[in-house]
Amino acid sequence: MTTRRQFLILTCGALSGAAHAQLPPDIGAKRKAAALEALRKVTGGAEMRTGKVKLEIPPLIDNGNAVPLTVTVDSPMTEKDHVKAIHVLTERNPQPNVVAVHIGPRAGRANVTTRVRLADTQTVTAIAQMSDGSFWADRIEVVVTLSACLEDGLI
Amino acid sequence: MARTVVNMPAEARRGEIIEIKTLTGHTMETGFRHTERGEPIPRDIITQFVCTYNGTEIFRAELFPAISANPLITFTTVATESGTLEFRWTGDKGFTASHSAKLTVA
Repeated sequence: MTTRRQFLILTCGALSGAAHAQLPPDIGAKRKAAALEALRKVTGGAEMRTGKVKLEIPPLIDNGNAVPLTVTVDSPMTEKDHVKAIHVLTERNPQPNVVAVHIGPRAGRANVTTRVRLADTQTVTAIAQMSDGSFWADRIEVVVTLSACLEDGLI
Repeated sequence: MARTVVNMPAEARRGEIIEIKTLTGHTMETGFRHTERGEPIPRDIITQFVCTYNGTEIFRAELFPAISANPLITFTTVATESGTLEFRWTGDKGFTASHSAKLTVA
């Protein structure tokens, strides 16, 4: 008789094996290149400074399927000085973009919350584009312990 | 029609910053997963969310597959005048969902 433990080990192994067989061997390098390309698209090559942006995300994540994520930007949100857009990017998800938010002075506060998927232990970046054209960012490293066999296609 | 939930105050003082929480029922299929037989499951996600306040766009979000199922989006706006806030979600396979809420500004 198969125990529950044996069954899980077997199915996890089979599923992750199948998934890995479909991924190209240089997947790490490809995802890194995609992440850099996404970053260039957001900033247009402009300098990105650290500060002003605060990315809140749990540092240790049990389940990468729904991770609460909040981005707060320190800005007076006036007609002259406000946040135009907030972008969230990852470096090891199959696609680097997570969300792009467009706001303006009518938001009152630059504060956005959502729930995201994280495929792996990685660095999450939040970028704010200000009305004066400058870019500010915050980076957080997160550890994701989600078992790969539950989301074979994501890893 | 997908189920949508919008949580925001019905009344606010003029100039007050109100928080709006929105939730939509959607699987947000990433397009990166495969069936047991190895066939790719096509992408089916909400790609855009827009909120208008008396016809003026105040918030817009582009969503990607990395957004969790049943997307939750929370944001803020300044209560400027009484009126209607319209929420609209659009996505793959012609998905649309909308919701409207009244706000009374004193």
